[in-house]
Amino acid sequence: MATIVGAATALSASKSFDSGKLHLPSRRSLSISERKGSFLVVRSDGSVVHKAHRAQKLIANAVATKADSSAASTASKPGHELLLFEALREGLEEEMDRDPTVCVMGEDVGHYGGSYKVTKGLATKYGDLRVLDTPIAENSFTGMGIGAAMTGLRPIVEGMNMGFLLLAFNQISNNCGMLHYTSGGQFKIPIVIRGPGGVGRQLGAEHSQRLESYFQSIPGIQMVACSTPYNAKGLMKAAIRSENPVILFEHVLLYNLKERIPDEEYVCSLEEAEMVRPGEHVTILTYSRMRYHVMQAAKTLVNKGYDPEVIDIRSLKPFDLHTIGNSVKKTHRVLIVEECMRTGGIGASLTAAITENFNDYLDAPIICLSSQDVPTPYAGTLEEWTVVQPAQIVTAVEQLCQ
Amino acid sequence: MALCLRTSSRSILYYLKSKMGLLSSSSSSLTHQHLQKPPFTAPTAQNVRDPFANFSTKVNLLSTRRFQSTKVEEQWDSLNHAHHNQVLDFPGGKVAFTPEMRFISESPVERVHCYRVLDDKGQVIMSSKFKQVSEEIAVKMYSDMVTLQTMDSVFYEAQRQGRISFYATAIGEEAINIASAAALTIDDLVFPQYREPGVLLWRGFSLQEFANQCFGNKDDYGKGRQMPIHYGSHKHNYFTVAATIATQVPHAVGAAYSLKMDRKKACVITYFGDGGTSEGDFHAALNFAAVMEVPVIFFCRNNGWAISTPTSDQFRSDGVVVKGPAYGVRSIRVDGNDTLAIYTAVHAAREMAISENRPILIEALTYRVGHHSTSDDSTKYRPVDEIEWWRSARDPVARFRKWIESNGWWCSEDESELRTSVRKQMLHAIQVAEKADKPPIAELFTDVYNVPPSNLCEQEKFLKETMKRHPQDYMPDVPV
Repeated sequence: MATIVGAATALSASKSFDSGKLHLPSRRSLSISERKGSFLVVRSDGSVVHKAHRAQKLIANAVATKADSSAASTASKPGHELLLFEALREGLEEEMDRDPTVCVMGEDVGHYGGSYKVTKGLATKYGDLRVLDTPIAENSFTGMGIGAAMTGLRPIVEGMNMGFLLLAFNQISNNCGMLHYTSGGQFKIPIVIRGPGGVGRQLGAEHSQRLESYFQSIPGIQMVACSTPYNAKGLMKAAIRSENPVILFEHVLLYNLKERIPDEEYVCSLEEAEMVRPGEHVTILTYSRMRYHVMQAAKTLVNKGYDPEVIDIRSLKPFDLHTIGNSVKKTHRVLIVEECMRTGGIGASLTAAITENFNDYLDAPIICLSSQDVPTPYAGTLEEWTVVQPAQIVTAVEQLCQ
Repeated sequence: MALCLRTSSRSILYYLKSKMGLLSSSSSSLTHQHLQKPPFTAPTAQNVRDPFANFSTKVNLLSTRRFQSTKVEEQWDSLNHAHHNQVLDFPGGKVAFTPEMRFISESPVERVHCYRVLDDKGQVIMSSKFKQVSEEIAVKMYSDMVTLQTMDSVFYEAQRQGRISFYATAIGEEAINIASAAALTIDDLVFPQYREPGVLLWRGFSLQEFANQCFGNKDDYGKGRQMPIHYGSHKHNYFTVAATIATQVPHAVGAAYSLKMDRKKACVITYFGDGGTSEGDFHAALNFAAVMEVPVIFFCRNNGWAISTPTSDQFRSDGVVVKGPAYGVRSIRVDGNDTLAIYTAVHAAREMAISENRPILIEALTYRVGHHSTSDDSTKYRPVDEIEWWRSARDPVARFRKWIESNGWWCSEDESELRTSVRKQMLHAIQVAEKADKPPIAELFTDVYNVPPSNLCEQEKFLKETMKRHPQDYMPDVPV
């Protein structure tokens, strides 16, 4: 145990090792909750879901459980534990300390601390000018951020909910992505646009948007999606340091994930995918919250004798075809699991990219599991079924491996 | 007079009383009155704002009642008097209240006055105050205005001859272009719309550099990526023109915010037309600038037309200047064809913006003499004689010329010499720009990101292979 932990800190740059270490406790915790009442049986019945169960399930996936923390005292383990939103804040704070041109703007980010508390305490520390509360005009404060970026600042624009950034589409597409190009490289826009998106807990259609599919065509921007406290902090720092405009997609339901992250400074690569679980039989590509559904399904699959390789693609634009390609060449079967809508989603582009580049290595057509092309309903039972569930993932893998 | 006042206060009393149900005993007599003769008069222009004007006929009834219930009325009187002095405390601050329901008019009695220094004959108006300009500055201003005019007409002709694909002139707005630029320093950042090339000209952009951008050749700073007139120059602090309307206005606010953080002694200026003020970005940007207290000058070129839409179809307010105070922004309206007025106003605005960290809105009234662009024929929607009148009688260049000539700083020899010289330089610049190579194919893929990513490298490779395989389909003079 000590050696694995020691190795993890020494190789802090190597993400796969850390994430491998991460999943040992979660697997243990999952088996406990699975025994409590089979999630899968309830699913196929279509009967009422016990919300308490669901909530436990999701948190159990990634939170360091009581069993884990009692096993070893916290003092002996290196690193520190925190929640995902705190990891984002830590990354933000470190960058603001390091570079005085970094600033934050958005609705209620100042003294309120942000609607998900990502910027809590920053206004008191850095002042109202560096952590700026804006009036409600998304297109315009994104435009403001672009103007500030062109003049030498490194702003981070927070959308209270990703869906609100649809109002900023004009500035993001026509100016943010374009001005570096149309000015002949004279003006750069090192802006970070971030916010929570994805399907939450009965937030209604307008607050359950997945914008990654809408933004993916815009030339000139990069998109990343974080899924763990470790990569949240790393990607936040990388996005701030990048000279290009970066859109950082967070997920509403992942903000309270707890993880132990290294004390020393680290930055994740914006263009790299994360190997979550190496395997031999099938490549499962996923990102953001679906990573956890996939990992849950992976437990079941392992019990059934399959060996899935799970990759969190993290970089939505551009895709890390190197990591993905190596995996496809090894397993010859691909399953994509995403929360995006089916039509024109990230999965659709990824399917096209893999087919174009690695068609010879595929033994079966790519299966893509996405949300349906419907606005997310409010009713809990309906909402649950718009999101890909572990049972569907298991079925899909079985289908692929026939 | 006194009678009227009493009447109105009585009518308010009547209204209040009727609401309080204190008139129960006399209501029957009132209804009797109703049947006899309608006491209500149709609202006339005089009483339309005073909804209780109708009640003036009730005076007789009230006077008879007065003796019966004086005590109650006394109470009401004292209460009313006390109310007039009270203030209300709401989020946002204290506000005095009034029992009179009075709507603020949608149009003012008189339009906001326009600041002007020179009259139509180029003479300084008697009582006007303005910032003095030296001979050197004045002559440079005038020369640049002439250069701008000449550049516009030569490029316009070039487009008509098919040598460039597109152009938009700034004819009629030369004073706005040059005078506003002259009142600023090179450290002040400029966020233009697209009808302000004169600002760049003042700052030292050469005719050759203008031509390079219009022809999109390899010497264009934009590397051939934008349509003509979408100039941009980092060294001149002139931010690249984007075709989207009013998107530069919030950019300017962001840049001003950046200047404020750096505590620089400089401001930002952003230009937009009357049409641009309808965009949401304009309103939010003004609001932000006021809330954040940043040094930015919002310069509106109200030239009367947004392509074919006249200002009467664009907004119903008194122009753009009244929108400033709505957001808490200090504003002024100036004669956009008066060089000295613009120079003075921008100079003052800059001082205020920097020293007080506040935004300023300047509305310059002018006329778009040229067509919207080479894709437009404005004679289709406005009378030709209107255009011609503004072109000749209200020409800002001629007006300023009269002023500098009256100071002995200019003469007609200088004029013809300048015009011939500029025209020659322009034709030469066009020839050189036309002959120069276009940017190489590699520039199609650079600057999308800071470093070309793998997918773009792949796409570039694919394109080069295609070009090699089918050379007959690609122009031979395009470098790779």
